[in-house]
Amino acid sequence: MSTHKLSPMQIKIKKFFFGTHVTDSFFSKLVIYVLLISIGFLYLYPMLYMLSNSLKSQSDIVNPVVNWVPTSLYFGNYQRAFLVLNFFPTLWKSLIVTMVPALIQTMVTAVIGYGFAKFNFKFKKMWLVLVLMTFVIPVQVYMIPRYVMFFNMNLLEKPLSIILPALFGQGVNSAIFVLIFYQFFRMIPIALNEAAEIDGAGPYYIFFKIGVPLAVPAFITSFLFGLVWYWNETYIASLFLGSGYPNMQLRLANFVSEYSQMYASEALLRINEGVRLAATLLIILPMLIVYFTIQRWFVEGVENTGITGE
Amino acid sequence: MKKHRISRVLRENLVGYSFIGIWIVGFLVFMLYPFISSLIYSLSEVKILGTGIDIQFQWFTNFKNIFQQEEGFAFVEALIDFLKELVFQVPIIIVFSVLIAVLLNQPLKGRGMFRSIFFLPVIISSGPVINELISQGAGGANIFESYGFISIIENTLTPAFAAPIVSVFSQIIIIFWFSGVQILIFLAGLQKVDRQIYEAARVDGAGPWESFWKITLPSLSNLVFVNLIYTIVLLATFSENKVIVSIKSNMFNINTGYGMASAMAWIYFIIIMIIIAIVALIFIPKNEKIKGVKR
Repeated sequence: MSTHKLSPMQIKIKKFFFGTHVTDSFFSKLVIYVLLISIGFLYLYPMLYMLSNSLKSQSDIVNPVVNWVPTSLYFGNYQRAFLVLNFFPTLWKSLIVTMVPALIQTMVTAVIGYGFAKFNFKFKKMWLVLVLMTFVIPVQVYMIPRYVMFFNMNLLEKPLSIILPALFGQGVNSAIFVLIFYQFFRMIPIALNEAAEIDGAGPYYIFFKIGVPLAVPAFITSFLFGLVWYWNETYIASLFLGSGYPNMQLRLANFVSEYSQMYASEALLRINEGVRLAATLLIILPMLIVYFTIQRWFVEGVENTGITGE
Repeated sequence: MKKHRISRVLRENLVGYSFIGIWIVGFLVFMLYPFISSLIYSLSEVKILGTGIDIQFQWFTNFKNIFQQEEGFAFVEALIDFLKELVFQVPIIIVFSVLIAVLLNQPLKGRGMFRSIFFLPVIISSGPVINELISQGAGGANIFESYGFISIIENTLTPAFAAPIVSVFSQIIIIFWFSGVQILIFLAGLQKVDRQIYEAARVDGAGPWESFWKITLPSLSNLVFVNLIYTIVLLATFSENKVIVSIKSNMFNINTGYGMASAMAWIYFIIIMIIIAIVALIFIPKNEKIKGVKR
């Protein structure tokens, strides 16, 4: 295959999409920037929409002239959303069912991943395939009996119902974390283990003294992903925590009804998109803060932990 | 000497199992046991009594009822809708993430910033949040409506086909939002391709078009498979997915209960598995066995 039969226009069109790595012309660069910026804008569009509308008063929302910029910054939406969400107590509840399972899951899956990476034992392949299977099987299949089980154990509406599966490596996306650590520990040369063994170190000592310190990046990335995934997880939370232990996401899901209960008597403060978007923004705010302070760990983590394989 | 070796193998087995033992316990208690129970529930009438649950085995009655009862019709309809959307959404997400990854792989200013933007949705997209955004019109529906795009589709295609396409376009931004992790995975894959290969190809007369099809895409083929599976699982387990909502509401419905909800879950499970199997058959990287799948 060669290009010599192409008209200049065709070549241009091709450069349009793919550029070249060595001879990036001004034109192709410009196109790439325009593409990226417009797609980036599309991506941020819901966020900007949310921010803009949550700062609009009722009259601004119905006013067709007011588009992106409100006539005046109106914080009433946030005030009311804050009250309806019962923000700080709910935040605390959310943090417990987010931080604790994320932390526990990270530590447990590190141990499991290390076991798979460093030792040869019988049926290892079978167990690894089963780890993969736990990722692919839809939660719904086993959730009803798990619900009954937790009901019998009297764990429903308690944070422990979220934490317990995480403790046994069966939490939200645990399989991915096991594989991240499996992949990570496999990259550490086995000679390191052997040298330590010759010096008389036991396997657990080696794990804590060599494995764990080397895996700090994997720990951080896993913890952050665990944090985000647990924060955004709603299905399991709505079943197990329910109305008895409502976290942020559940509050948002029930926001409309809770709002109308709270402001039933005040006709002027009817629910509108401004309040709903303010509530949505308040829900995602904690994770946004985490993301923008340490986003390097999220983005580069995917590359550094070798999830894509060698 | 031989005795020593045997004891060493045994020791390695013991140590290995001591590391993964907690997973095996968890697997048996929180996966296998519920999995089998769920199968039994789906074949039984399950009643919740004050003292506990009462399970009456009744073979395939629940499965038959799905096709005879009103709740069952709603479930089947949700399932068909979901599958139609899946067929449109998965290719969109994969093609979109390859495109973005290729763009981001160019030496650009502000590359890091763009990368953060494209990953941002992973941080914030939960079921209720996306629900709110779509219902409040932030999903991009208005962008496409204002160009008359949607009415064109509605007028030219039969309703059965137009409906899923329209729904795809009215949520196009949210669909893009599901590609954060995939973009990063593709990008990481692209960065491992040796630049010298491109230069060598160029010396041999290959243009960017050939380079893309002959070097870039083949180097991503493993990751296409990984991302396909990831995307299917992501969409199939998304908490606002109609099928999942339907199963959950039937769990607490007196007419259906845990038994029929379990039967629905099993139908869903089997269909997802069939889809994944088909994708695996078509896309599984050659020369690689199952163990390489997630790498």
